[in-house]
Amino acid sequence: MFAPYLLNAWVVASLVAVASGCAGFFVVCRRESFAAHALPMAAFPGAAAAALFGLGQVYGLVVAALGGVALLLWLKRGQRSDAATALLLVALLALGSLFLSLSGRYADSVYALLFGQIFAVGPGDVLPALVLGLAVPAVLLSGFRPLLLSALSPDLAMVRGIGCTRIEILFLSVLALAAALALPVTGALLVFSLMTGPASAACIMVRSPRAALALSVALALALIWQALALSYLTSWPAGFFTGVLAALLYLAPRIWRTARPAPRSPGLA
Amino acid sequence: MFDSLMFGGFLASTVVQNALLIGAAAAVLSGIVGVFTVLRGQSFAGHALADVSSAGGALSLLLGINPMLGFFGLGLLGALGLTGRRRGDGDLAAGILLGTGLGLTALLLHFAVTMRGVAGAAVSVMFGSLFAAPPGAGVLAFFAALAGILLLALIYKPLLLASLDSELASVRGANIRLVAGVFLVLLALAVTLSAMAVGAILSTALLIGPAAAALRVSRRPWVAMLLAALFGVACCWGGVALAYASYDWTPGRVWPVSFFITSLVLLVYAAASWRRQ
Repeated sequence: MFAPYLLNAWVVASLVAVASGCAGFFVVCRRESFAAHALPMAAFPGAAAAALFGLGQVYGLVVAALGGVALLLWLKRGQRSDAATALLLVALLALGSLFLSLSGRYADSVYALLFGQIFAVGPGDVLPALVLGLAVPAVLLSGFRPLLLSALSPDLAMVRGIGCTRIEILFLSVLALAAALALPVTGALLVFSLMTGPASAACIMVRSPRAALALSVALALALIWQALALSYLTSWPAGFFTGVLAALLYLAPRIWRTARPAPRSPGLA
Repeated sequence: MFDSLMFGGFLASTVVQNALLIGAAAAVLSGIVGVFTVLRGQSFAGHALADVSSAGGALSLLLGINPMLGFFGLGLLGALGLTGRRRGDGDLAAGILLGTGLGLTALLLHFAVTMRGVAGAAVSVMFGSLFAAPPGAGVLAFFAALAGILLLALIYKPLLLASLDSELASVRGANIRLVAGVFLVLLALAVTLSAMAVGAILSTALLIGPAAAALRVSRRPWVAMLLAALFGVACCWGGVALAYASYDWTPGRVWPVSFFITSLVLLVYAAASWRRQ
C-alpha cells in the first residue's frame, strides 16, 4: 500500500485533504456551500480544455476555477435567478464534455474528471499540489479573524474597517484554488463532499472556531486516507468511499447529538 | 424539395428516429413538470434527484437492463429521501444525497466498465447518448411521458393551487402532502426521461431551462406549459440535427448531442430573459 510508486498519491491526497478541510470549515461558517458546489463544476471544462490542447491540467483547472469566481460574482451582483445559475453551471459541464469528446479520450477522461483518479497521480503533480496545498491554508489561516467576522457579523466587520466584498472575492478565489487542487483527486462531483462533510461534522462536534478548524482538517485527512486505503485494498474506486464516508460524516454527529440525553438545565429542576 | 441527400438520410435512419422520439418525450414531460418545479421553487430537488438517479443509470448498465428502469428506480428512492426532509436542512440533504448517490455512481460505473466491459459507461450515464439508446427506448419513453401527463392531469387543480398558495389549498380541503408526494414521483419520471436524453448531470437543463424561459414569456400556467414543451422539443430536435451535421465538421467525430441541446436551452432562456427586460 505504501509502495514507492504510490507515495505521490499519498502526498498529494494529504495536501488536498488539508486544503479542503481548511477551506471547508470556512465554507460551512460562511454558508457558501453553493460556491463549493459550483466552483469544481466551473473548473471541469478547464481540465477538459487542457486535455484538448495538450496543456498542463493544473493550469486549465486554476484558470477555469478563477473564471468561475468571476461568474459567481457576476451572477450574485445582478441577482440572477436560480434557473440562470443552474443553466450556466450545466452549460459549463456540457462545454467540458465537448472538449473531452474532441480530445479523443472521451470515455476515460470523463470518469477521471467527474469521479477522480487518485492513483493516477504522477511525480509531476507533486510540485503544483505542494504550492497550492500550502498556499490555500496559509492564506486562510492568516485571514482567520476577518474571514469569520465578515460572515458572522458584517456590521462589526465594517466598524473594524474590513471590506466584506474584498474578503468575499479573496475567499472565493482561495476556494477556487482549493477546488482546482482537489478536482483530479476526488473528481468534480465529489469535491463538495470532501470539503463540506468533515467541516460540517466538526462544526457540530466542537464549539470553538479554532478547534473546529483543526478537527475539520483532521477529519478530512482521515477521510481521504481511509478512501485511499480502502480503494487500494478492494480495488474499488476511491470516489465511492469519499462520497459515502462524507455522507456518514454529515449523518453521524447529528444522530449522536439526538441520541444523547439532553443536558438538564439546573434552573428548571 | 429538400436536399434529399441530407434530410433523406437523416430522417430515414432508425437511430435518428429513436433519438428524436426520446428527445420529444423527454422535452414535453420535462417542460410541463418543469413549470411546476420552477413555480414551487423545487429546482434543487430536481437537481438532487438527477444526481441520485445517475446511480440507477449506472446500475442498469451493469445489469444490462433498459437504463430508463434504473434511472426511475433510483429517482423514486431519492424522491422518498426528499419527502422526509424538514425545511431548512437543504445543505444536510444535499450532503447526504449527493455523497451517497454520486459515490454509488462512481462504484457502479467502475463495475460496469471492469465487469461487463461497457466502454464509455460514464459518458452515456452522465452526459447522455441519444444516438446509442436501445432501439425500443423511444416508444417506451413516449408511453412514459404519456403516463406522466395523465398523472399530472389527475392532480392538476390541487397541484396548481398548492404551488401558488399552499394555505388556500389546504383550506379548500386539498391533501397537500399527497399532492407533494405524487409530484415528486412525477419529478422523478421527468428527470428519468431528461437523463435519457441529455444525461443525468445535464438533465437540469431540460427540466428547468425551457420552463423558466416559458415563465418569462407568460405567467399563465397553461400557456407556460405549452411554451415550455415547445421550447424543449425545439432544443432537442435542433440538438439532434446539429450533432448529426457535426459529423462533417470534424471528420470522424460526432460532437456530443447533449452539448448542443444544453447550449440551445441556454440560448432560449437568454433570449426569453432579454426580451423581458
